[in-house]
Amino acid sequence: MAQDNKSPRGSDTIDANLKRVYQDVLDEEVPDRFLALLDQLKAQDAAKSDPNSDSSQ
Amino acid sequence: MSTSNPRDELPDHLPALRAFAMSLTRNSATADDMVQDTLVKAWTNIEKFQVGTNLRAWLFTILRNTYYSNRRKASREVADVDGVFTESLSQKPDHDGRLQMKDFQVAFAKLPDEQREALILVGASGFAYDEAAEMCGVAVGTIKSRVNRGRARLTELMHLNDDEGMELTDTATMAVVTGRVNGAPR
Repeated sequence: MAQDNKSPRGSDTIDANLKRVYQDVLDEEVPDRFLALLDQLKAQDAAKSDPNSDSSQ
Repeated sequence: MSTSNPRDELPDHLPALRAFAMSLTRNSATADDMVQDTLVKAWTNIEKFQVGTNLRAWLFTILRNTYYSNRRKASREVADVDGVFTESLSQKPDHDGRLQMKDFQVAFAKLPDEQREALILVGASGFAYDEAAEMCGVAVGTIKSRVNRGRARLTELMHLNDDEGMELTDTATMAVVTGRVNGAPR
């Protein structure tokens, strides 16, 4: 992109570092608590919208 | 009926949400709490999401709003930012790159939140300037200016203005020898 035309020297290094900081967290395994939370939210909704079903979770 | 429910796509965005939260808070516990809040808000407000628009941008917007509203509430508390970001990272083996990364993180942590945010949105997570502007609720020019000022400050802090790369290596080496990095404690 042309956005770097007037960037100071070293902006390549900065962008590479930025991407790496971000990528390193992206590469981490997502903690189980988040998937568990989504399951919980899903179960709550199911219980609400379908009160006859046996959703005791 | 259920063509594509955006709720089903939430797990796909978890890594990016964590990375964005981490760049804002620089503290993994706080970041994950923010991601959790964001998930609950997204789930319960999913009807406000316009199908066909960028779900990640919508989630990032919720997350940053959560962050700034918490920051306002907790403005008098001292943030625990010491190197948690650094420690959570698996470093690549190359020596110079590693030292440089450490320098970078120390410098990055010194930027104002708004500049860090703009740099991550545009420089790392691949949003266009106008997308980032919309997410942050500011003009495109404001985002550009934050990115430029952030880059300039990082360049200054990392001594990248100097022509050669040797300076950086020397700085990093000195940091190790003296046990200090850019004047940061420990």
